[in-house]
Amino acid sequence: MATLSVKIAGLSLRNPVLTASGTFGYGLEFEDFVPMCKLGGIIVKGTTLQPREGNDYPRMAETASGMLNCVGLQNKGVHYFAEHIYPQLKDMDTNVIVNVSASSPENYAECAAVIDTLERIPAIELNISCPNVKDGGMAFGVTCEGAASVVKAVRKAYNKTLIVKLSPNVTDIASIARAVESEGADAVSLINTLMGMSIDIERRCSRLSIGTGGLSGPAVKPVAVRMVHQVARAVSIPVIGLGGIMNAEDAIEFIMAGATAIEVGTTNFIDPAVSGKIADGIGQWLDNHGIKDVSEIIGIVK
Amino acid sequence: MKYSKNFIITANEQLDTRCVLLKMQPSDGEMPPMRPGQFVQVLVPAAKDTLLRLPISINNVEDGQLWLMVQMIGEGTKALGSLPIGGALNLVLPLGNGFSVSEAKGRVLLVGGGVGIAPLLYTGRALRENGAEPIFLLGARTADGVLERELFEQIGRVLITTEDGSAGERGFVTQHSALQTERFDKIMVCGPKPMMVAVARYARQKDIDCEVSLENMMACGLGACLCCVEKTVKGNVCVCTEGPVFNINQLTWQL
Repeated sequence: MATLSVKIAGLSLRNPVLTASGTFGYGLEFEDFVPMCKLGGIIVKGTTLQPREGNDYPRMAETASGMLNCVGLQNKGVHYFAEHIYPQLKDMDTNVIVNVSASSPENYAECAAVIDTLERIPAIELNISCPNVKDGGMAFGVTCEGAASVVKAVRKAYNKTLIVKLSPNVTDIASIARAVESEGADAVSLINTLMGMSIDIERRCSRLSIGTGGLSGPAVKPVAVRMVHQVARAVSIPVIGLGGIMNAEDAIEFIMAGATAIEVGTTNFIDPAVSGKIADGIGQWLDNHGIKDVSEIIGIVK
Repeated sequence: MKYSKNFIITANEQLDTRCVLLKMQPSDGEMPPMRPGQFVQVLVPAAKDTLLRLPISINNVEDGQLWLMVQMIGEGTKALGSLPIGGALNLVLPLGNGFSVSEAKGRVLLVGGGVGIAPLLYTGRALRENGAEPIFLLGARTADGVLERELFEQIGRVLITTEDGSAGERGFVTQHSALQTERFDKIMVCGPKPMMVAVARYARQKDIDCEVSLENMMACGLGACLCCVEKTVKGNVCVCTEGPVFNINQLTWQL
């Protein structure tokens, strides 16, 4: 059996499979389908300093081989998370990573500082790429200065593994990756959703309440693989790849493009057990190809 | 406990021009317990480009068979409705809360519009088994659209409205004369939103406890994606886990 364990800076994963924020709830919703011990880690729903109600319904539109969403970071706030949700997660047999979003560098730092106090949360993923909120979110992720300012503030307040989730809605994602690396990010994850729109031609209006949304699912995978490949060559910190991964073969594609770990997102909605199957499938694929350690194929495609 | 389970189609019956009834049994023979008003998430086989599962309410569970009513509108539902006997399907189930059948007493009016009648069959049966008296009020455009009429008649009294008057009284369900002449202890509704709002308004006026089954568009069905939210007195909540059945007092509809 091939070695599947990988390291993201100080964070050890038993295998490269993480679940993407916003697609796996708090893991609790999926415990009937996949044992958490099969996963490298889970990244729980985007958390903000204050509670957020999110955007109005409709928040989702299915499109060809993909879906648009404009949930808008609905969550009960980081203090509720720390008091009520964390106790349910702290004994999970996997790495529980919290995705953090905010509207100013100070708020990001304050939110991260709260999570820093939670002993069993070994890492955070900074969301500087949410396309569905007006205040902040993607605004920070589309310029080098904005991205750097958030990472700089959070780095001072947060001591554990800091992952920064990048937006694909930019001209040059590699330069953003370099900007966050230079401010002390331990890893980058990409891609967040691609901004999109879908119109109901009979009603002559958008199918989403706020007009636009983020596209995910297999439709975005080639874009994501290209960006992972590009970023992996631009930075020396680990890259976590995501975007349309449906199975182990897709995951291996990202790993070969340069991802040290991968996140499984939209496909959790279709097969709630898929994350565990992908972890198994990566191991089988490596065995079938006589590869002893997954690290042998990370970034193998030049 | 929720399951991801394979089922085998045992019957595919045409109900009207657009609607079929699929009967299926779990391939391992073990039917999970399901409550009336709950739903399943169906993985549509071989539908090009269709990504997400289809949420479909439970029409009936009988003799080890699960019944799902499928209205063939888009690519996914057409592929599903065309499945042959012996065809295989994967379902995630059971999902959602269901109607509060065990608490319901006395005369319970079950109002359904079009394919929205689907969950009322299993619900009506459970109500009768619990000693309540189910009365069905079924609305459709024409007589052909009154689906499973004979099956409803086996369980309780059936009132019908059709828009063209070809069966029952002419008009919408809320125009049925029984609503003015009779008294009900509880109302359970499933159908198009304007119909549910109209029935909820009637229930509010008459001070009758009323539950509606919502069908907001959803992705996961498990409370993870937060796409199917409905505004309630508690804020935005997921229809897939907090619903699909809501007491109208929980909703923020203008009644």
